[in-house]
Amino acid sequence: MSAAEEVVTEAAAVEAVPKRAMTLGYGTSLVVLAALILTPLFVKNFIIFQMTMLLIYGLAVLALNILTGGSGQFSLGQSAFYAVGAYTSAILMEHAGMNYALTLPVAGLICFGFGFLFGQPALRLSGVYLALATFALATAMPQLLKLGYFEHWTGGVQGLVVTKPDAPFGLPMSQDMWLYYFTLAITIAIYIASVNLLRSRSGRAFMAIRDNEIAASAMGVDVALYKTLAFGVSAGITGVAGGLGAIAVQFVAPDGYTITLAISLFLGMVVGGVGWLPGSIVGSAFIIFVPNIAEGISKGLSGAVFGVLLFLVIFLVPHGARQVAIIAQQLIGKLKKN
Amino acid sequence: MPAIGLRLGAFSAALALLAATVTPSAAQKKYDVGASDSEIKVGNIMPYSGAASAYGVIGKTEEAYFRKINAEGGINGRKLTFISYDDAYTPPKTVEQARRLVESDEVLLIFNSLGTPPNSAIQKYMNQKKVPQLFVATGATKWNDPKEFPWTMGWQPNYQSESIIYAKYILKNHPNARIAVLYQNDDYGKDYLKGFKDGLGAEAASLIVAEDSYEVTEPTIDSHIVRLKASGADVFFNITTPKFAAQAIKKNAELGWKPLHFLNNVSSSIGSVIKPAGFENAQDIISSQYLKDPTDPQWKTDAGMIAWNQFLDKYYPEANRADAFVMFAYTVAQGLVHVLKACGDDLTRENVMKQAASIRDLELGGLLPGIKVNTSATDFAPLSQLQLIKFKGETWERFGEILSGDVGG
Repeated sequence: MSAAEEVVTEAAAVEAVPKRAMTLGYGTSLVVLAALILTPLFVKNFIIFQMTMLLIYGLAVLALNILTGGSGQFSLGQSAFYAVGAYTSAILMEHAGMNYALTLPVAGLICFGFGFLFGQPALRLSGVYLALATFALATAMPQLLKLGYFEHWTGGVQGLVVTKPDAPFGLPMSQDMWLYYFTLAITIAIYIASVNLLRSRSGRAFMAIRDNEIAASAMGVDVALYKTLAFGVSAGITGVAGGLGAIAVQFVAPDGYTITLAISLFLGMVVGGVGWLPGSIVGSAFIIFVPNIAEGISKGLSGAVFGVLLFLVIFLVPHGARQVAIIAQQLIGKLKKN
Repeated sequence: MPAIGLRLGAFSAALALLAATVTPSAAQKKYDVGASDSEIKVGNIMPYSGAASAYGVIGKTEEAYFRKINAEGGINGRKLTFISYDDAYTPPKTVEQARRLVESDEVLLIFNSLGTPPNSAIQKYMNQKKVPQLFVATGATKWNDPKEFPWTMGWQPNYQSESIIYAKYILKNHPNARIAVLYQNDDYGKDYLKGFKDGLGAEAASLIVAEDSYEVTEPTIDSHIVRLKASGADVFFNITTPKFAAQAIKKNAELGWKPLHFLNNVSSSIGSVIKPAGFENAQDIISSQYLKDPTDPQWKTDAGMIAWNQFLDKYYPEANRADAFVMFAYTVAQGLVHVLKACGDDLTRENVMKQAASIRDLELGGLLPGIKVNTSATDFAPLSQLQLIKFKGETWERFGEILSGDVGG
């Protein structure tokens, strides 16, 4: 291969993150978990809805984190997988009358297949070229959803309205609260599975590819297989997040899944810390709440204010929430010594 | 026994007095969340950022108009608090903002939220919560559906009724027309096309000889015009947004194609369409209107237009007066003020919908003479009248009578 490509690959390579640094300690995890479980009992339904969206976008950012932080591949096309997941759930619920919970694995599987297939041609590309190829996917998706051929199922530009599920077994809970706990359970399951995946043999293969592709293949890692697999897993999780998103928002339309969403997810990953899975939630909080804060500061210049805030974050803590967490840990360590 | 009689009299007088002072006010003053003796909270969702941010001017104009109302003493003594959020035209964000307005800011109603996909996203929620989704800023036909969605109401004449008016005109005056249609490939374009075909009825298949659509992302639509010209059509229905409408008018002139040209009302602005396309190229184009075009010289001395200019001078001086959205927002804001005034001291959500559904022949300064706002319990399309206009010289000439094409969702 040409020297130019190698240079690009090197420049774009993600900094090696040791796998132990990818997760939180047990104590911290439990505190976060307790906060996530208890908070909804004391807040308004609107806040619960926002927390549900936080978890859903958190899942989508986590998926991207596995792809980029784990296997070192870039994607600006996550919105496409998210859209496929959302539409799969919505169509199965509204046209086939399927139970909402059952649509999620289907959405995940379809997106896994979609991502795995997309991973095949993507194998030939790396770094910025791969980012551009996935970018193309994200730009094409809203228009594909508008196509007349699929209109019978997708509702075309009008979109599809999804019915929100009630709490089962007559639980005395609002729809929002039930959906939140439902999402939380799925999020925790996927989070634990992702952590285990990255700690497993496959995870080590992902990271070997990320750190040095040639060395990885010399050690016997099937580079092509693991690269496409990473794409598939990432797309699958994004698909589940998309399905949950459709149920929470109760509506799918092509305008909801534009390139802006893909960029937001990418942003969330960088702000949360590339390769640091717990950062996904922080990144997700950033993309949900910071635009609102920016709007609160200035309506006409909300975009500019958002830009300034983002710039500050990248400038002050270039490694995102991970860096903040490490600093906090060091501070606590110092306090303990004193 | 006089003493007892006196006492009884005093007692009943006191009772009557008590009844006179307490009961009427308690019976009359009724509030839902978002309204009080001093304030009415109105929510709004607009795309201030993102690709559709040109519409943001609607929210800004409304905010300015409510400032004017507050400066002049408010509505029945109550100040209007206008809370407007940005959704960047993305439905998931619209849902979040609508829920923030209803559950966190606790507004009385959401007014004039913009766009068909964003409003579709929140329609079910608003109706479940029984919060008025009043005068939505979209021309889609589906908002006029009081049976299914009694808490949602449209405002402007919907796209289908407009194209039905053109279809009727063609059937009457050009029964042997060969029609070419160009439309934008989205909900707006398809809604127009559907109305047009419905209006032509059984003849649609034989009269329409060419149909072409373009994507809003295309830089130019020249190739579509060339294709439509090749069909040999002598009537052209142009369903395009302003930028493309100007391109189409120009390209027609360049090609020397002179069909009878129908231009949708969305693009009838002289300032943003006809002038850039060239006055000489736009002669005899037929369109329709319900609002006065501020760039049209014929309204210079019109009382409604003067009031509009005075309002902008004082409260929104930086507004672009050639922008049709400014007039749109001014008119719909007046509509809301009318409804809230009519509610009197009964500011419940139910009464807001009731008053909104009982507007009779309301005339507003920005509407063409003769066009009136009318609603009823079964008609949730406040504006459904239009007048045909033909471009002559440098201005639109109105012709024919005020036409109506009511269509339900």
